[in-house]
Amino acid sequence: MLTKRIIACLDVTGGRVVKGIQFEQLRDAGDPAELAAAHAEAGADEIVLLDISATHENRATLVDTVRRTARQLFIPFTVGGGIRSLDEARAVFDAGADKISINSAAIADASLITSIAERYGSQAVIVAIDAKRRNGENGFEVYISGGRKATGRDALAWAREAESRGAGEILLTSMDRDGTGAGFDCELTRLISEALNIPVIASGGGGDTRSFVDVFRDGRADAALAASIFHFGLRELADLKRELQEAGIPMRWPC
Amino acid sequence: MIAVVDYRAGNLTSVKKALDHLKAEVIVTRDPNIVAKAEKIILPGVGHFSATAVLDESGLRTAIREQIERGVPFLGICVGMQWMFGSSEESPAAAGLGLFSGRCERFPENVKSPHVGWNSLTCREGSRLFHSVPSGSFVYFTHSYRAPVVAETVARSEYGGEFSAAIERGHLFGVQFHPEKSGAIGLQLLQNFCAL
Repeated sequence: MLTKRIIACLDVTGGRVVKGIQFEQLRDAGDPAELAAAHAEAGADEIVLLDISATHENRATLVDTVRRTARQLFIPFTVGGGIRSLDEARAVFDAGADKISINSAAIADASLITSIAERYGSQAVIVAIDAKRRNGENGFEVYISGGRKATGRDALAWAREAESRGAGEILLTSMDRDGTGAGFDCELTRLISEALNIPVIASGGGGDTRSFVDVFRDGRADAALAASIFHFGLRELADLKRELQEAGIPMRWPC
Repeated sequence: MIAVVDYRAGNLTSVKKALDHLKAEVIVTRDPNIVAKAEKIILPGVGHFSATAVLDESGLRTAIREQIERGVPFLGICVGMQWMFGSSEESPAAAGLGLFSGRCERFPENVKSPHVGWNSLTCREGSRLFHSVPSGSFVYFTHSYRAPVVAETVARSEYGGEFSAAIERGHLFGVQFHPEKSGAIGLQLLQNFCAL
């Protein structure tokens, strides 16, 4: 049976893992290569490394970090943050990434999704969507630039377009829930997951075991991504997977 | 020396990295002359079945065929395994190697496609590739087309129906999943192939 995936996310800047709350207040959390290996050992089904600084000067640092992290990692490895062109994607793939995640650049030029998918396959292209509940209205709005800039675009319409242009998966972050541990936004996740025929990774708000059960059952998520809950020892990844298995969610466990 | 055949479809870094980790002597190549001298051949592949057309144009198909006839161990991964069948619905005009009978087909519409993630294997005893790999092990898949269950299926998996997760006959091996991305289980499989 296909299992639900628990994906550990490492936010990096300047070659270090950091963690913020609702896209701000950064704290140092350690070395990316060491943390990725530790998470894989503990049972993470995938590793995502997001470069949250994503400035031009940091590209070389990122590629080096990717290479170091990929070297001893034998589970799927996704890299995102500031990838704006096929050439930049190539550098990250060559360094050892299996998939890349694109966000703002895909909004700016959606043909980038297609060009990367044609060269590396759809399975290698994740479109990341940062979505925020609209005030007093139905629906969710897409934000870019690390959550700083509203686009006016509807998250569901954009997710559909990303799929049609060749995205292999959607990484869907609830900005309202990110870093709060208050639970995933199941309504948002379900809305997108049911409308699409590609896997949806839920992100933002993961906390107790119940929140993961909810996002897999009610949110129809194919995978769930979480960062801070693992980095600071708030919860052992292995315990989470065992508890989810016991709750009837199919897990790769033991692994 | 193991030749990892580069036919410019997708990303071979991960396969090379896993084999390096196992201390195998590996060369990533698109040169038919190198393939012709290899002791073992791995045909990886992520991407589209039609990408295998490059194998025809470059003389790699002939080199691979001749090596297979000589008994050189061959491992196809993902699209590389699908290519060992006759054809695929993904690109009906492209001919596979036809080493196994059957046609690769798209997943039914009642399941999401691609099939992405860790799925469990039901293994058959006696496989050389699955030596020390218990039935029920999880491996990582990412694909939109699947090969049918055939007489040579040594591991099957279930997603919108059963399909071949691995095939084996003599020195011919194919896996639909990605052993290079399947943790310790995947490394064990690659080790088994290297040790043949």
